[in-house]
Amino acid sequence: MSQVMVDVRGVHKSFGALKVLRGVDLTVRAGEVTALLGPSGSGKSTLLRVINHLEKVNRGWISIDGELIGYRRSGDRLYELRERDILRQRTHIGFVFQHFHLFPHLTVLDNVVEAPVAALRRPRKEAVATAERLLARVGLADKAGAYPRQLSGGQQQRVAIARALAIEPKVLLFDEPTSALDPELVGEVLDVIKDLARSGTTMIIVTHEIGFAREVADTVAFLDGGVVVEQGPPGAVLDAPRHERTRAFLSKVL
Amino acid sequence: MGLTTDPAPLDTGGTDLAPRKEADPGDLAALRVVPTRHYGRWAAALAVLVLTAQFAHGLVTNPVWEWEVFRAYVLSETIVSAVGLTLQLTAYATVLGFALGTVLAFMRLSRNPVLQTVAWAYIWIFRSIPMIVQLVFWFNLSALYERLGLGIPFGPVFWSVDSNDLIGTIGAALIGLSLHQAAYAAEIVRGGVISVDHGQLEAAAALGIPRLRQIRRIVLPQAMRAILPTAGNEIIGLLKGTSVVYVMAIGELFYQVQVIYGRNGHVIPLLMVATAWYVFLTSVLSVAQYYVERRFARGANRTPPPTPLQRARDALARLRAGAADTAPATPRGGTA
Ligand SMILES: Nc1ncnc2c1ncn2[C@@H]1O[C@H](COP(=O)(O)OP(=O)(O)O)[C@@H](O)[C@H]1O
Ligand SMILES: [Mg+2]
Repeated sequence: MSQVMVDVRGVHKSFGALKVLRGVDLTVRAGEVTALLGPSGSGKSTLLRVINHLEKVNRGWISIDGELIGYRRSGDRLYELRERDILRQRTHIGFVFQHFHLFPHLTVLDNVVEAPVAALRRPRKEAVATAERLLARVGLADKAGAYPRQLSGGQQQRVAIARALAIEPKVLLFDEPTSALDPELVGEVLDVIKDLARSGTTMIIVTHEIGFAREVADTVAFLDGGVVVEQGPPGAVLDAPRHERTRAFLSKVL
Repeated sequence: MGLTTDPAPLDTGGTDLAPRKEADPGDLAALRVVPTRHYGRWAAALAVLVLTAQFAHGLVTNPVWEWEVFRAYVLSETIVSAVGLTLQLTAYATVLGFALGTVLAFMRLSRNPVLQTVAWAYIWIFRSIPMIVQLVFWFNLSALYERLGLGIPFGPVFWSVDSNDLIGTIGAALIGLSLHQAAYAAEIVRGGVISVDHGQLEAAAALGIPRLRQIRRIVLPQAMRAILPTAGNEIIGLLKGTSVVYVMAIGELFYQVQVIYGRNGHVIPLLMVATAWYVFLTSVLSVAQYYVERRFARGANRTPPPTPLQRARDALARLRAGAADTAPATPRGGTA
C-alpha cells in the first residue's frame, strides 16, 4: 500500500455553539482519489477548509505527507505556526472552490502564474512556461490572454484547476467543483478531473455527482452528523451501504 | 426588400388600390420606420439655448467683466507661478494624504484592537476639526512647541530643531491639508477594500501568496474600482480646498489673486482668472480620472466600453460610410 498523504485525526470544529465536526477521521493515500459525500450542511466544506487551515480546528490534528498542518510539535506541546509558515504549508495543498474565485483583474495566464511567482519564488519565465503547459492540459491554451469574465463557467473552473495545479500541490481539494455550473458544462470539468485521477494526483473531492464518484474514486467517505459515518470502496459504500443514514442520503440523490 | 423576386400578394385586402403594401405582415421589415417626434423636448432645448446665448452675450459685451484685465493677468508670471504652488500643494497633500489614509484604513481593518482604535480615533478627530481651524493651529504650532526633538519616548532627546525652521508656513499648510485628507482617504480606501469579495482573499491565501502581496496584487487593484470615483472627487475638492491656505499668506492662486485686486481694484476679472484656472485644472483632472478608472476596469466587463475618442472615430467612420452609401443616389453635376 502506498504511503499516507492526508491524515485527519479526531478533528472537532465548532462555530460558536454549532458543533459542525465532532471527531472526523479520514485517511487518504498518495495517488488515491477520495469522494466526500454528505447532506448539505453536514460540514463537507468545513472539513476541506480545516485541511488547508483556512479554518482552525478546535481539537484533533491534520497532517499532509507527514507534516502537521498549522502547528509545530515540540515535546508534549503544539505551537501554533506563524502566518508565513502556514502560507508555505498551503503551497502543498491545491484548493478548487465551488465559485472558482479567479482573480478577475488578471488575465487567465496571470491567474495561473501568480502563485508560483509570489509564493514559490519561481522565475516568471519558468512560471509562464508551466502555466502554458497547464492551460493546454485543461484545454484552454488559446485563452491565456482572456480575462476570467470573458469565459464560460466551465472554462473558468478549468482555469481554477490549472491555477491550483501550478503550485505543484501534494493533494488537490475540490469543493463541489461543478455545483455552480450549467448542466451542459459539468462534463468538461469532470473530464479534466478524471484525467488528473488517471495520472495519479491525490485528491479529495466533495461532490453530489454519484456516477462520477463511482467512476473516479478509490474511496468514498460519507459525512453526516459531524463524523465520517462510512468509508470504503465505491462499490461497497454506494451499492451496499451499511448505515441507515448513508442509505437514506443515497436514495435521495440517486 | 427584394424588388425583383417579390411574389405578387394574393390578397391585397379586397380593395382595388394596387400598392397597399402595409396590408402584408410578411413585408414589415421592408417598411420605413418613422421615429416619434418629441416636440416638447425641442421646445425646452430651444428655450434653454436662448437663455444660455443671452448669458454668454452678456459675459462678452458687458464691460463689468473687464476682459482686457482678465487677458492681462491670466497668463502673467505671478498667476502662473501661483498656479504652480496650488498644484504642488494639491499633489503633495494627495500623495501624503492617501499614503497615510491607506495605512489608517488597514489599521482599522486589522485584527489588532489597539491599531483599530487608534485609527478610528484619528479619523474621528480629524473629521471633526474644520480644515481652516487645523491650518491656523499648525501655523501657530511654534508657539506651542518651540522645539521638536528626536529621542527616547519620555527619555533623553538626542536631536532637536526649532519647530518654525523645520515646518515653515508651506510645510504647516501641507501638514494640515494632508492630515485632514488622510482621515477622508482612510474611509475611502477602507470602503474600497471591503467591497472586494472575500473569496478573493481566501483564494489568494489558499495559494500561499504572502500577505502583503495579497493586498497589493489581489485586493487593492480590485478595490481601486470603488476607490477611484470618490478619490477623484476628493482630489478635485482638495485642489480647490488649497485656496483656504490663503489665511496663512501662502502665495497660491487665490491668495495671489486677492493681493492683485487689493492693489488695483479689478475684483471681478481677477476672480474670473482664478475661476478659469480652477475650471481648467479640474477638467484636466476629470479627464485623467476617466482614463485611470478605465485602466482599473480591465477584466470587469466582457467587452470594455469605447473611450469618447474611439466613439468619435466610430461615429465619423459611420458618417463617412453613410455618405458613401448615399453618394450614388444623389445625381452628379450638382455644382452650382
Ligand atoms: N464561518 C462560519 N460561521 C458560522 N457557521 C458556519 C461557518 N461556516 C459554516 N458554518 C455552518 O456550518 C455548517 C456546515 O457548513 P458547511 O461545511 O458549509 O456544510 P456543507 O459544505 O457540507 O454543505 C452549516 O450549518 C453552516 O451554516
Ligand atoms: Mg459546502
